[in-house]
Amino acid sequence: MSARSQFAAATGTIAALPARLIEPLMYGLQRLVGIKRMPWVFLIPNLTAVVLFALLPVFINIFYSVSGSDRLFPWDRPLIGGANYATLFDCGNYLDPSTCSRDLFWRALGNTTVFVPIQVTVMIGVALITALCLNREIRGRGFFRGIFFFPVMLSPVVVALMWQWILQRNGALNGLMGAVGLTPVNWLVFPNTAFFWSVFITVWAHMGFYTIILLAGLQAIPRDVYEAARMDSASPWRSFTKITLPLLKPVLLVVFILAVIRSVQTFDELYVLTGGGPGSATMLMVQYIYEVGFASQPRNFGLAAAASLLLGLALLIFTAIQMRISRGGAND
Amino acid sequence: MTDLGVVKTGSSIGAFITRRRGRKKLDWTDWLTYVYLLLGLVIMFTPVLWVVVSSFKTPANLTEFPPTLLPYAAETVIVEGHDAPLPLFDVTTEEGETVRLAQLRRVGINAQMIDPANPEERLTIPVENAQPVRQIYLAGENYTNLLSSTGGMIWRYVFNSLFITIVATIITLIMNSMAAFALSKYRFRGSNMALVAILATLMIPATVVLVPTYMIVAQLGLVGNLWGVILPTVATPTGVFLLRQYMLTIPDELIEAARMDHASEWRIFWRIILPLSAPALAVVAIFSILSRWNDFLLPLVVLTRRESYTLQLALASFSTEYGIRYDLLLAMTTLTALPLAFAFIFLQRYITSGIASTGIK
Repeated sequence: MSARSQFAAATGTIAALPARLIEPLMYGLQRLVGIKRMPWVFLIPNLTAVVLFALLPVFINIFYSVSGSDRLFPWDRPLIGGANYATLFDCGNYLDPSTCSRDLFWRALGNTTVFVPIQVTVMIGVALITALCLNREIRGRGFFRGIFFFPVMLSPVVVALMWQWILQRNGALNGLMGAVGLTPVNWLVFPNTAFFWSVFITVWAHMGFYTIILLAGLQAIPRDVYEAARMDSASPWRSFTKITLPLLKPVLLVVFILAVIRSVQTFDELYVLTGGGPGSATMLMVQYIYEVGFASQPRNFGLAAAASLLLGLALLIFTAIQMRISRGGAND
Repeated sequence: MTDLGVVKTGSSIGAFITRRRGRKKLDWTDWLTYVYLLLGLVIMFTPVLWVVVSSFKTPANLTEFPPTLLPYAAETVIVEGHDAPLPLFDVTTEEGETVRLAQLRRVGINAQMIDPANPEERLTIPVENAQPVRQIYLAGENYTNLLSSTGGMIWRYVFNSLFITIVATIITLIMNSMAAFALSKYRFRGSNMALVAILATLMIPATVVLVPTYMIVAQLGLVGNLWGVILPTVATPTGVFLLRQYMLTIPDELIEAARMDHASEWRIFWRIILPLSAPALAVVAIFSILSRWNDFLLPLVVLTRRESYTLQLALASFSTEYGIRYDLLLAMTTLTALPLAFAFIFLQRYITSGIASTGIK
């Protein structure tokens, strides 16, 4: 006990040392600039980082997308106007990616537009059912909540390698299937099964996050509303559609927007699990941006920037439409 | 009378098991809930359990199909005149007896075996009559092999991950709380604009500005440097927002009183506001640790040299380099997931309440 408190005191003293040094410095600064300007002193470190690594990059990105060559620094890059966008959109037939000069972009775009709606729908559906179950009076509620949530904490690389180990040719899943008399399948080698497992694994890894938000939303609904419904002998289904869903709508909207934004940016898990393959069956937009800008030689920063700007623009439009719809709904 | 008594006890036992708070007994929706949750338990938890169990299997055991449920290893015996330990087999002889022999080598469908008790005599036995003798064995050497096969580099990866996580979190906490203090406790021209500028970055996904972020990191000379991953991530808008909302609830009278006592502004921040914001700081710290430890895309782009790899990068590159060395890969996967598993057990309540109240990760 005393050793522990001594240790705590020692670490406290060491941690306090830089603080002791900073205090007179900051006091000097306060004398120098005056108390009126102190808030700016507090703001500047964070603001600098925000400008340098978030706001400025947006404008630099726009410049990248309208300039060419494989040089990294903007002052080395000649302006080429809309040529990067023209390259991306250069297609013989927009319905057939193989006629495009950048067919991978269109395949990634196609995969993303299929992946996102399916993944988001499944994820919110499963998360909602799980949250409804966890909101009931059941035994071991905290335990089950932990079980559904813990994959959120695992790193995407760990998640991908774990499932790779289970899905591989001689893996546990094929062993199970063999035991019940089914033929083993090489899951990650065929486009359709690889795509299925991509959706499954990303839902497996992230649904706990949305379950927790939805559960908090459900718990905010007053119990007596349900009591009143039971008094009027409303069926469970009716009290779900007439009470739960309408009252949960704001939370569902937040979850929906968050899920779409995250889903569109899916990269880590699939990069390790399938590498975008087989072929390009599971390659999504962010991986395309990474491949074009960083993994291929010569590095085509302009094309990567153009593609990422289009992605950002799509997200912005989506969010704006969602907000507009939800505001319209609130006015009704 | 007695029969009735028995029935009564029976029903009361049933009632005892299914007894619940509030209502009298389980209805069908409760059963459905339990079935769903148990199914969820299996789907969510068995993959992790399976990987941990597999990480204790020997390489030979790992290549088996169908896989064994528990880790097994062949039992071996040291026989005089042979340097390497020989694997033991249970051999069914033509007379139907079972004898335990050690295998020297396999030749086609036959195996050369010897009796450990009588090592001079060599026997030729059809492979189909021999069953390997096995016992449950935890192959902890997978973990020690991992350390030796990477030539100590694994400690480098652990150090890099820890350094990035700890330093980035400390900087995030200090910078975010300073900004939050300015935005919550002062009225000054431009404060709204600063708040909007910080919150606007919520709308800019990191993947969208990947190329310019890399360029700025390169311009600062930080490619392949751990600081190149730390600096772009420290100004989290959610952290500022969360801390500001919390600091707004701290009464201004405390600050007024401190000013009366001639405390400097920094002293007010450091000695009064920061300690009072501890709960919000804890939430921000947990999320910062989580996301820095698990970060992948930015390190993948910035940390180009092997010496600067984080655990996640090393793990991802192992999966392609050591493609067949599943014994090492599984051990490393387990090791990488371990710290967070522990963190989860202790911090689950804070994490879930943090997510529930803010929707950040």
